[in-house]
This record gives sequence, C-alpha cells and structure tokens, in this order.
Amino acid sequence: MSAEEAVGGIESGMTVGIGGWGSRRKPMALVRALLRTDVRDLTVVSYGGPDVGLLAAAGKVRKLVTAFATLDSIPLEPHFRAARERADFELVELDEAMFLWGLTAAVHRLPFLPIRAGLGSDVMTVNPGLRTVVSPYEDGEELVAVPALRLDVALVHLNRADAQGNGQYLGPDPYFDDLFCEAAEQAYLSCERVVPAAEFLAAAGPQSLLVGRHAVTGVIETPHGAHFTSCAPDYGRDEAFQQAYAKAAADPAAWQAFTRRFLAGDEDTYQAAVAAYAKEGTE
Amino acid sequence: MTVTRAEYCVLACAEAWRGDGEVLAAPMGLVPRLGARLARLTFAPDLLLTDGEALLVGADDQTVEGWLPYRRHLALVMGGRRHVMMGASQLDAHGNQNISCIGDWKQPRRQLLGVRGAPVNTLNNPTSYWVPRHSPRVFVERVDMVCGVGYDRAAAAGPSATRFHRIPRVVTDLAVLDFDTPDRTLRVRSLHPGVSAERVREATGFPLAIADGVPATREPTAEELRLIREVLDPAGLREREVRP
Repeated sequence: MSAEEAVGGIESGMTVGIGGWGSRRKPMALVRALLRTDVRDLTVVSYGGPDVGLLAAAGKVRKLVTAFATLDSIPLEPHFRAARERADFELVELDEAMFLWGLTAAVHRLPFLPIRAGLGSDVMTVNPGLRTVVSPYEDGEELVAVPALRLDVALVHLNRADAQGNGQYLGPDPYFDDLFCEAAEQAYLSCERVVPAAEFLAAAGPQSLLVGRHAVTGVIETPHGAHFTSCAPDYGRDEAFQQAYAKAAADPAAWQAFTRRFLAGDEDTYQAAVAAYAKEGTE
Repeated sequence: MTVTRAEYCVLACAEAWRGDGEVLAAPMGLVPRLGARLARLTFAPDLLLTDGEALLVGADDQTVEGWLPYRRHLALVMGGRRHVMMGASQLDAHGNQNISCIGDWKQPRRQLLGVRGAPVNTLNNPTSYWVPRHSPRVFVERVDMVCGVGYDRAAAAGPSATRFHRIPRVVTDLAVLDFDTPDRTLRVRSLHPGVSAERVREATGFPLAIADGVPATREPTAEELRLIREVLDPAGLREREVRP
C-alpha cells in the first residue's frame, strides 16, 4: 500500500507508537505522510527523535510519551525543545526501561509490569498517576507498576519485508519495532525494499525476521524511507542534512523555508529535493 | 612532558572502574570512554566495552566479541552487571542528578535531554558521574528534576530503592569526589594536581567537605600516558572536552 493509505488509518486523538530510537531507523516517510494529513491531537509514544520533532512542530501532538528526544549526534532535538519550552503538549516522561516495560506489558495483554526503576526519582512526581505494587512473596519489595502502553497504531521501518507483512532488519539493533507492532491495533511497516519471502534467508539468519505478518496491517515500500535517520546497513544517518534540519528548526523563518523546500510535496518530491541538496553540497 | 588536566581526568575516570571485574563499563562522553578503555588495557582487563552502538568489542576496540542491542543493554542494567558513568547538568550534595530540564518541569526554562535511563541506572547498577566543567551551575543545592537518584532520595523511597543503589565516584575537571561520608554527602577524594581546595569550594554551589591534606589525584605511569597519547587518543580530542 502507499504511505498515504497507511496513515489514512490514523484519526485525530489516536495513540500512535513510532519505532526506531533517537535518530535511528525512524519511519520518516510515514511520519512525513502523516504531516500531510489534517490529523491532530495525537498521543505519540516514541523513543524520540526527529519523528517527535516534526510532529510537534506541525502542532499534531496533544500528548507525548517518551524518555527523551534526541538527534544522537546532535544531543537536543530542537523542535521538541522549543515545544516543551512553550508547553505545547502534555508530557508523560518515563525512564527508558519503564517505557520498555510498558510496551512489553501491552504486548502480553497485562495491565502493568513491576520494575525497580522510577522509585526515588521525579518520574514518580511528574506522573502522579503512577502506582507501586508490593511483591506477594516473602521479599515484600515495593516496586513501580508501569502501566501497559497500548497503541492504536504503530509505524515502523525495516530494511526488508515481503508483501504479506513479514519484516527483516539487517542492522545491528532491532530496537523495539516488534513490540511496537504487537502492542498496536494496527501496524504499518515501511521498508527499503519489498522482496519475496524466499529471499529473506539469503540476506541474514532467521533471527533477523523481527516482525511477523500476524502483527502487521500493511506494508509500504519507501526507499530511503528512514532518511535522514540511519538505516544500517542500507545507509547511515545523513549528518549534513540533519545539521541543516537542526539549524533551520532553531529559527522560524529558516524553518518556513525548509518546510517549503522539503516538506511541501509528496515523498518523491522530498527525496528529489534531498538529492538536489546533496548535489549542491558536493559542487 | 607535563601531564595535562585532561589526562588526569582520563586516569581518574579509569580508576572508577578499578576492581569491577567482568561488568560492562558504560561511559557517556569522550573522557570517560578513554578512561574505560585505559582501565581495560591496564588494570581492569575483564571489563566489557561496546562500540557505542550494539556491539561488544575487544581491547583493540574493533574485534566483535558480543551483541548488546538496546533491549539486552537494558536487561544488563537491571541485572546489575554494569557500571555506568553518566553526565550531569545538575548534581546536588546527595548525588541527585538532573539531565531532563532546567526550571519548572511543566514549562521548562530550558528543555534538556529528558530522564533517559538515569532512574533505571541509579537503582540497579553502580552509577558514577563525569562533569567536564565543575561549576556552581552544575553543583547546586537542589536539582530541578531528580533523574538519577541520590542517597537521600533512595533512602526515603525505601529498601527496594536502596538495595542496589550506589554512586561510587564523581569525576570533574578539578577533582575526584565520592560519598564516603557518614551522612552520604559529597566530599573531595582527591584534587587534580595544580587545583586548590579553595578553587573547588568556589566552583561548588553548596558547602563541600574537603579534608586538610586531601591527596592529589595520582600521576599516570609512563605506560598509561603512552596509551592515552599514542593509542587511545592520538588526535588529542580529550583536550577539547576539558579546558586547560
């Protein structure tokens, strides 16, 4: 299906989980497609990178669930920072491991999972709804009960997929994309290349088959669809472009120009504009 | 050749991992990373180190000896076989650390990284800190948001919080500090050569215990200095992280 069809399943007010981590293997083509809709008031659940930044800058986020938002090689995500300093959206700030436990609870249809992390920290203060549980065994430990992070929709990007929704990652880290898909009512998997299932094992062992078709609603072939985040081994992060993004994001006029140049059209227009920008840099 | 401040810092970071055994050394920042690699090449050969991404690498920083994607990394944190050295935008006398935001959390004056893994780190594995610019802006009476949990907050949260909680070391560009005091508050363990106690007091935003006759941070051996200069950081990037 197309990226437009995929995000067509997203309605205002829904909870959308986004795979990847920071500025790594983010489903950016799907995020860009979402930017082109009039959907708003989203709850976004993400180990945040430019996905969070772009959606926040477009005013589509009502609530954000995250442990951070970063561009990795640039520590602070500029749009996230600006949006937070304007108090544009509600923030559910969780620790990285608490976030993982929340997703894991949702995948296993549990109301919560216990964890030590969070005790003593202000994560408990800024999330007054968080509760603790006491172990029923003789240790009697009091632990944080991380509520399940159930998702209406998950968006993830992998290296390869077949048309049925089986997805394969070829880089060093799966991140948590399988959990995002399994925690969601609908999951959309974009990939660098759609291949017949018969080709999977020539590329890597069966443990690279991260996402199963039973957990995927639709597959979208989006070459360079993670740009400008990394998608190892197909490509690394486009550091020059990311720097241009961060620079533009820091200034409203520059951001308008950036938006006009790169984000006003469809995905093909975006990729063509990026190619033209890269060519400028080498001339 | 004179030992630079940055080189004392690398050595002091390395010392934080001495005696840790077969655990993951998880450095955040260049100087801690150089320190972890120095420790591994010399007095702590059993340490595990990553390439900064998902792979565990050998002492040459290249040979892949294991796989540690984020989900396994977080499991390792919770299992405790790791000693992390994090940064700190703010740190108080009890070891509470903030990397999330400055000002009121609801609408911060300055949004920073977010809590990241500071809560899970501090409650589950030893957590040290690296502060490249020791100043009253970092060492504050009270942090704006407790991300990494200090000794007082862990004690108040109860036995589940204190069970695996430990802050072995705080290394700064001026000194090495720890919490080996009766009330578990910060004290100076050693001053880097050339740094006076008065200078450290002035750079700290709360009263700080500095004993008379506090030792100097130890000198590197000739071999340690050679490793830092010729093997680990021949480009001298350490001198950019620590101002002279």
